[in-house]
Amino acid sequence: MKKIYPNAAAALDGLLHDGMFIAAGGFGLCGIPELLLDAIKDAGTKDLTFASNNAGVDDFGIGILLQTRQVKKMISSYVGENAEFMRQYLSGELELEFNPQGTLAERMRSGGCGIPGFYTKTGVGTVIADGKEHKDFPTGPDGAMETYIMENGIFADLAIVKAWKADETGNLVFRKTARNFNPPAAMCGKTCVVEVEEIVPTGSLDPDSIHLPGIYVHRIIQGDHEKRIEQRTVREKT
Amino acid sequence: MWDRNQMAARAAQELEDGWYVNLGIGIPTLVANYVGDKDITLQSENGMLGMGPFPFEGEEDPDLINAGKQTITEMDRTAYFDSAQSFGMIRGGKIAAAILGAMEVDEKGDLANWMIPGKLVKGMGGAMDLVAGVGRVIVVMDHTNKHGDSKLLKECTLPLTGKGVVDRIITNLGVLDVVEGGLKIVECADGVSEDDLRAATEATIV
Repeated sequence: MKKIYPNAAAALDGLLHDGMFIAAGGFGLCGIPELLLDAIKDAGTKDLTFASNNAGVDDFGIGILLQTRQVKKMISSYVGENAEFMRQYLSGELELEFNPQGTLAERMRSGGCGIPGFYTKTGVGTVIADGKEHKDFPTGPDGAMETYIMENGIFADLAIVKAWKADETGNLVFRKTARNFNPPAAMCGKTCVVEVEEIVPTGSLDPDSIHLPGIYVHRIIQGDHEKRIEQRTVREKT
Repeated sequence: MWDRNQMAARAAQELEDGWYVNLGIGIPTLVANYVGDKDITLQSENGMLGMGPFPFEGEEDPDLINAGKQTITEMDRTAYFDSAQSFGMIRGGKIAAAILGAMEVDEKGDLANWMIPGKLVKGMGGAMDLVAGVGRVIVVMDHTNKHGDSKLLKECTLPLTGKGVVDRIITNLGVLDVVEGGLKIVECADGVSEDDLRAATEATIV
């Protein structure tokens, strides 16, 4: 089966429908699937639910789909850098489900591993725990009981992720902190489309250094990435 | 009274040789400047152990940022991983300590630092996972708000980040521990008396 497609629009052909659930990789603007987001904007698919740690900024990342009112709901841990997001949320146009960052990552990972629910201590005693199943486990000092809440795995219709390199079979290598949510997002999608900076011949990646095996990857595109920096911080040379 | 850098320096004394530590945004970030000879590995929850300083101008890498989305550098010991593994090590208790800012802390160790109802809600990010998972939670914050009211309360009024999670509080006025029945004064800042500290604190001091 050929996994390589000529561009983002071709790679998404037949996969998009209104009201669908998409898991997206990236942290802030780092390692986001910018080419696939552009293509979803061009496709005009509406009423989208996104599981994504952040919502981009106004003119980059998921922010571009907020501008065009294509997003119905966001499942995120932090959305602070996006004015249009706040405007739509406060006016009731956009649904928002806050997940603690680690809970969101584990919801993606576990969904991709066929685990529909798991217990975590994160959020116990906070609004995050409201309405969720509570259960005690003997995990404290000397077997003392501790309270956990149950969170559900995420099973998305589509995963869109960004990697550094792929081989022709979809084995992926990420670069530095651009890995972030990309592997767990890739795992939880029924279909996973990946954009990379370089597709290399199968056999040229070290099999011991594959970050995500190609079994999770269905379609691949190569393209030029803007890779915008959100906060440029530097130190003086002394 | 301590200034921001003195608070950070005091917080750095909490860290022990060999620890893996997560530093929050604001004053906690400054703690890295004061660890001295101690072998401390900094975790950045977006997927990195062994976080280095900011890059020199012209050497910024868009693929290398910290949890505050700032450009940073790697070190010889650096390891990268995905967000699920990152929070696996946090939730799994592998991170010895987190040093975080706060809006409110109360005498039961409850912490509020992620939202003010009616104001702009940005999200909790990784804060709830960190306070639930790491070995020790150390809060660094001003003792009072801009109206002069205590931020160390009998009971938090803001939505919580975690319940009963704080171990130690370092403020501009001193150091307090969360113990059975309230807060215990560990140390007063330079020029601050225990009476000053008590007067500025709403929480029960035992």
